[in-house]
Amino acid sequence: MKIRELEIIAVKIRKHIIEMLYRAKSGHPGGSLSTVDALVALYFAHMKHNPKRPNDPNRDRFILSKGHAAPALYATLAESGYFDVKELKKLRTINSMLQGHPVCTYVPGVEASTGSLGHGLSFANGVALAGKLDKKDYKVYAMIGDGETGEGQIWEAAAVASHYKLDNLTAMIDRNFLQIDGRTEDVLKLESVRDRWSSFGWKVIEADGHDIEEILNALKKANAHKRQPSMIVLTTTKGKGVSFMENNVDFHGVPPNEMERNLAIEELNLAQKKLEASL
Amino acid sequence: MSKKMVNPRNAYGEALVELGSKYKNLVVLDADLSKSTKTIMFGKKYPERFLEMGIAEANMITTAAGLASCGKLPFVSTFAVFATGRVYDQIRMDLAYSNANVKIFATHGGISVGKDGVSHQMIEDIALMRVLPNMTVIAPSDATQTKKIVHLMAEKRGPMYARVGRADAPLIYEKNDINDMKIGKGITVKDGSDISIIACGTMVEPALESQKALKKSGIATRVIDMHTLKPLDEKLVIKCAKETNTIITAEEHSIIGGLGAAVAEIIAEKNLKTNFLRMGIKDMFCESGTPADLLEKYELNEKHMVKFAKNLLKN
Repeated sequence: MKIRELEIIAVKIRKHIIEMLYRAKSGHPGGSLSTVDALVALYFAHMKHNPKRPNDPNRDRFILSKGHAAPALYATLAESGYFDVKELKKLRTINSMLQGHPVCTYVPGVEASTGSLGHGLSFANGVALAGKLDKKDYKVYAMIGDGETGEGQIWEAAAVASHYKLDNLTAMIDRNFLQIDGRTEDVLKLESVRDRWSSFGWKVIEADGHDIEEILNALKKANAHKRQPSMIVLTTTKGKGVSFMENNVDFHGVPPNEMERNLAIEELNLAQKKLEASL
Repeated sequence: MSKKMVNPRNAYGEALVELGSKYKNLVVLDADLSKSTKTIMFGKKYPERFLEMGIAEANMITTAAGLASCGKLPFVSTFAVFATGRVYDQIRMDLAYSNANVKIFATHGGISVGKDGVSHQMIEDIALMRVLPNMTVIAPSDATQTKKIVHLMAEKRGPMYARVGRADAPLIYEKNDINDMKIGKGITVKDGSDISIIACGTMVEPALESQKALKKSGIATRVIDMHTLKPLDEKLVIKCAKETNTIITAEEHSIIGGLGAAVAEIIAEKNLKTNFLRMGIKDMFCESGTPADLLEKYELNEKHMVKFAKNLLKN
């Protein structure tokens, strides 16, 4: 698929996210929108997976550790064909499989039940260790939030992945510099992100988290790297794609109202048209 | 009279080794305590399937969930205090909610851990695990039963928690005694009509000793080994209440949330008319000391059990 086509899918997924959150009247727009381009790169161009066989033992796995970006994952899975896109409008409603945070026992394609921060990388370690034990060549991907790395469990997992030389594991950090209480560097300093991960024994690769081509190159580099797990530091913008949500921490956990939803959809429609015209 | 002493931890290690050849998907995770939990026995036999996770328990629990999602059968071990309270959120989300086929086998449960003190004496683990949906909770009473239970845990799908103590324990069963035992079905070790002592784990042995002592006073004691705390054998509790009208529960655990509480819930809900007393730690932290001194001070030995039984029967 051409990069331009992937970019169009990313816009569609952003529109889903806005609609889902608007309908649900709750959820996390900022950190969902910032992850979209990486998810599109993974699911539509990079990972070996088959939506018709979500339990294929040889599939590549993606684990969303920052579970509050569930709308982005659900929309990506639906657009990939794991389930009907009509399900998306049931997000966070009673009897829906689409819980506020992802649940592996409910949703085809969801590997781990997340939402309590700090777990996903450990889960990915387990999947990667199983792959090594079984001599399978599947790859494991995990996405963690930047604020999420305040959790001690992340660093337990970082140490173990490096100790076991899990080179079948690639993690990505959604480095959008914002968390609920403000800027990450004010809440709990994270820099240098690069030095932290490389000192734990990880191969660190940096990429623009909204440039799908760059993300794909980073993923290839990570897959080719041996004897170390890889961390792709994705520089991202919280709320990416909707101008008034971008870098606006107020949209971490607050859904758009009707006016905001209309404005956002209008803006995304425009972006989609532009991309389609340049195909 | 003196029964053979065997450490249930050794039985666990041996059971893992036995299971290793039967279950090629069995993996064992430990957090730098493999010499104490005896998972090292499996580690020596199957080094490639033994995953040392270091002193990083939260990661260990969630990693086990990841392994289980790929068809592995993980047994995870550390001391009870670190296997539950320290990693409650990981167990809740990644094992219980996700219904993962992960078995936590904890050692050093209860106060008879002894001199290490409160930091290592886990008296809340059964309560913590019992409130989790999907979770099976087990406390084996001797080495023979421990081995059997580890086999049963491997056979049955789903998240499970089992705990044994630190100390050597008298053998209660021969292998053939418990061939047919099942998770969720209590064992009537001794039958009697005057009083039922429903015990689990390390308290089954003093219950049996109490039975002998009470017999000398003409009291016929029924001893139930309630190895499975969840799902609890409700029918057996009802039967004991109806047939003996007097129940003592005994556990090396807080009287809140454990076996005693579980039995009390049934008694209350079923409106059973029975005298009732819970032996356990009475909502307090204990202290360092020899196991015998601790069990004496906190009223968890045969002597106290006999006293409680006689008092209860006076009512």
